[in-house]
Order: sequence, then structure tokens, then C-alpha cells
Amino acid sequence: MIWNEYIEAADRERLKRLQNERLTQLIERIYFKVPFYRKKLTELGIEPGDIKSIDQLSQLPLTVKDDLRDNYPFGMFAETQQQIVRLHASSGTTGKPTVVGYTHNDLNTWSEVVARSLTMAGVSRSDIIQIAYGYGLFTGGLGLHYGAEKVGASVIPISGGNTRKQLQLMTDFGSTVIACTPSYAAHLGESIAKDNIDRTQIKLRAGIFGAEPWTNEMRLQVEKSLNIKAFDIYGLSEIIGPGVAMECEHQQGMHIFEDHFIPEIIDPVTLEVLPYGEIGELVFTTITKEAMPLLRYRTRDLTRLHVEKCACGRTLVRMDKCLGRSDDMLIIRGVNVFPSQIEAVLLEMSEASPHYQLVVDRVNNLDTLEIQVEIDDQFWSDEIRVLENLRRQIQNNIASALGLTATIRLVEPNTIARSEGKAQRVIDKRKLVI
Amino acid sequence: MIIKQLSVFLQNKTGRLTELTRTLSESGINMTAFSIADTADYGIVRFIVPQPEEALRILKEKGFSVNTTDVVCLIVPNEPGGLYRALQVLSDNEVPIEYMYAFASESGASVVIRSESNAQVIDVLQANKIQLMRASEIYNL
Repeated sequence: MIWNEYIEAADRERLKRLQNERLTQLIERIYFKVPFYRKKLTELGIEPGDIKSIDQLSQLPLTVKDDLRDNYPFGMFAETQQQIVRLHASSGTTGKPTVVGYTHNDLNTWSEVVARSLTMAGVSRSDIIQIAYGYGLFTGGLGLHYGAEKVGASVIPISGGNTRKQLQLMTDFGSTVIACTPSYAAHLGESIAKDNIDRTQIKLRAGIFGAEPWTNEMRLQVEKSLNIKAFDIYGLSEIIGPGVAMECEHQQGMHIFEDHFIPEIIDPVTLEVLPYGEIGELVFTTITKEAMPLLRYRTRDLTRLHVEKCACGRTLVRMDKCLGRSDDMLIIRGVNVFPSQIEAVLLEMSEASPHYQLVVDRVNNLDTLEIQVEIDDQFWSDEIRVLENLRRQIQNNIASALGLTATIRLVEPNTIARSEGKAQRVIDKRKLVI
Repeated sequence: MIIKQLSVFLQNKTGRLTELTRTLSESGINMTAFSIADTADYGIVRFIVPQPEEALRILKEKGFSVNTTDVVCLIVPNEPGGLYRALQVLSDNEVPIEYMYAFASESGASVVIRSESNAQVIDVLQANKIQLMRASEIYNL
């Protein structure tokens, strides 16, 4: 089933004409409504009317996450507060969250792309969908929610966590579809086995998993433990949230909804645009977004694009599962974490940042974060009480900055390995290399 | 009256304590008093040696996380109620104690006390005729 055949299976020439038209309008909108972009375009000598085709994309400036931070909170918005009907936020690189806004039309766009995504996974009005992504500032829960309602499925907005309740409603209500992070899906699968739940009571047949990297092994494991077909959904809040791209039943990459988001692949070092099929950093231009349109936004996700028509009949470009990041961002339990955020927290508590190391692991399919902090002279005490207070304080400050509970381990000075004088900040023990 | 104690932060890792004592042994440094405060992840080793400055230098050179801490050492009669009388005096005067540990010496039982206010500990104990060890005595043990 295809939700919007006119777009999803469009002749690519016709799709391009639509993109050209929308890009032209976008340049006009941001030139007049967003001082940040007006300045950037002016510097390049570009004015509304100059850009007529997506072939000219490479002439346009790139946007990075730091630009959003520098214009915190609403500096990137192209609409006044009166037009904004929703705000979401995710953790930023230096403690300040990344804020995104939506107009009514943006929410409609979002529901549309999520409806298309769910339809790819075979979700229809005959389904009961359990949405176990977090609801709230995170875009996962509410993003899936409105799309599922648009499709006409019965929505259980249970949000994340509380495994016992998840399993109870799953069996009592007969959920047929589950949407959550892949690691939580794996955790649910293990809980079903551990609690000896009668599998005949479980009606699940599909899972919509995203918001963190996962491997094909994990897919097979989850498909087996939950007895479902697992689908990969891609999105980031800066672009719209979940529903930027989605896998169809043929699972040959995720179809990008190009009538709203134009993808490009660039070399993260030279910033040159790369042809289809080559691995590089994924960049998006949001051609229909009203509240916060972004020009050539660097996602930092490394992947490649395929333009050949899919066996499902869709002509939309497909992206591979993300192969990695072009920066040092980690995704831990669905939360974006930059080592610099941890450093900022430690720096707030001391005069000089101590040596630290992040050890990320996956225990029983749930991500764990341990932060090792060297006890140097500024933190030194020979009293357990003082050291334990320090440990708790670091833990609390990390939790309030990142919304993530970390284990803090105080270690002796010079025990964290340094290579060429620079400490290795992150040890990621999760086996996620695809 | 103020005694310099050495405190070493050690991770709970097999061999770390052996390493510390080996370093002291190889440098010919004798420990007069010794205690460990431990948590799940790490411990603080506290000890008194006759040459604290030298031991501090050597341990720092060897990369230990070490510092000196001022403590007071009182001599407690080796009989029932010996420690009680000293502590009663301190609590009557509301002197807080961070930690303490005991060791055996020629004068009988001795107790190391660490307080945020060592001066207050000394004043209160001396006013109540409780015997304190002098730095020269403990370093000659």
C-alpha cells in the first residue's frame, strides 16, 4: 500500500518541477523572514529569484547545529509566535537545547509523512498501535502519534518505559504494531521470554523502530523475539522529527519524502556535493517547512543515497542505514549526547576540566553510560563524604543537563589512556558497526 | 600536636595496595599507623610515617594520588572507658569528627582523629587533661 501514490511514485521529472517551485518559494520566504539567512544569502550575492532549480542547491549556504544554538531560542524561526502552535526541543551541543517550532501546516506535513511511513509498514485503520516512544519535548512520541491517527489506526499513547504496563496493554488490548527505539524493542522481547508471557496473547506483527543506530543483527533478533517484521524509520527534530525517511517492505533503504525534504550527500571535509551511491554526510533542505525552514542542514549522519526505482513502486530516493557520524555525537537510550556537553558540566564544577572518559555499553539491550573522572588536585579530598558528594553532584548535573542517568566512577589521576597527549574521550563498547 | 598524615586515593583494583606498600618498602619508609576507608569503586588509604614530606615526594613521583592531611593523635588508656571519656568531651563541646582510627604504640592505644577544626580538638582535649601525642613522639615510634 502507498499512502500518497501521486508523490511517492511520481515521475522524477514531475517531482523535480515541484521541488524547484518549492525551493524558489523557500528562498523568498527565508530571505524576507529570517535575518540569519538574509545575511548569509546577501554575503553570497543571492537574492529571491536567483534560485530557480534544485540544481543550484550547491550554491546555497550550509546550516549547522551551532547556527541553531547561536540563534537560540527562536532566532531561526520564519514565523511569529502567533503562527507557532508547537515547540519541541532536544539536547544541544553545549547545554542549550535545540529548539524547533511548527505551524499548523507544519504539523499537517508531519502527520502526512508519518502516515506515509506507517503505510509503508502496512499499518492501516485495522491496526492498534502502541507508541512507546517518549511523549513530550522529544519528537518521537507525538510525531508518531499524529501520523498514526491520520492513518486511522487506534493509538495507545503509552509513551516510553514501564515495561510491565507495556506488556499488559500489549496483551489485553491486542496491539498489532509497536513503535519505540530498537533497544527498547529488544528489551521488551527479553521481558516477554523472562515473564513467561503466553505468546498466543501477543498479536504484534510490525515494529516501527528508530531514533538510535541499530544493526541488522539487532533487527533479526528483535524480529525473532517479538515475532514481527521490523521497520526502520529515520528523522531528526531539526528537519521535522520521525518521518523524514522510512523503509518499505522490501527493506532496501529508507525512502526520503523528497517533496518536503531535499537530500544531498556532501564530503564532510571538502563540503563538495557527492553523486548518488557515494558515502558522505547527509544534508537536508526543508522546502515546505514554515516555522523553521532550514537550508542545507548538515545532519552529521553518514550514509549514501540510491535513486533507482524501488520494487515497491516508489520512485523516492532511498538512504542506507546510517553508517556513522561525522562528529562525535553519541546516541544513548535515544538521547543525543556530545562529549563536549559532559565536559561543560565538569567545567562548571571546577576551574580546569578534569580528565574524563565516557564508557558506553549495552547491558541487557539497554544502553549504559559510565563517566570516569580523574581525581586531580582540584577535586582531591581524603574524606569519603566529600568525594561521594562530588560524585552525586556530577551525576545530578549530568542528569539535569542531558536528561540521562550516568554512573560516575572516580578514578586515579593518569589512569585514563592518553594518545599523543590527547585523552581518548569515548569508548563505545556497543557492537553497532554495520 | 598537629600530625601530618598521608592520604592516598586508590581505585579498587587488584594490586594497587601492594604497589603502594612496595613503593614505601623500597624507599625504607615504615608506617606507624594505617587505615583504609573504602567504597565500591575506590578507597582512601590513610597512614602516618616518620618522614611525611619525603614519603609525599616519593609517592607523587610514582604517580600516586596523594596529599597530606593534618590530624590529631591522642593517647587513650588501655582500659574500659578510655576512648569514651575523650569522645564525651568532644561531643559535649560539639566538635565534629570526620574520621578516626586506632593503632597500638608503646604508650598503649592511640587514636588518630581528623576534624575540620583540629585546633578546637586540641584545645578541648588539653583542657580536659587528655593526653595528646606530640609530632616528635609519633615520628619516633
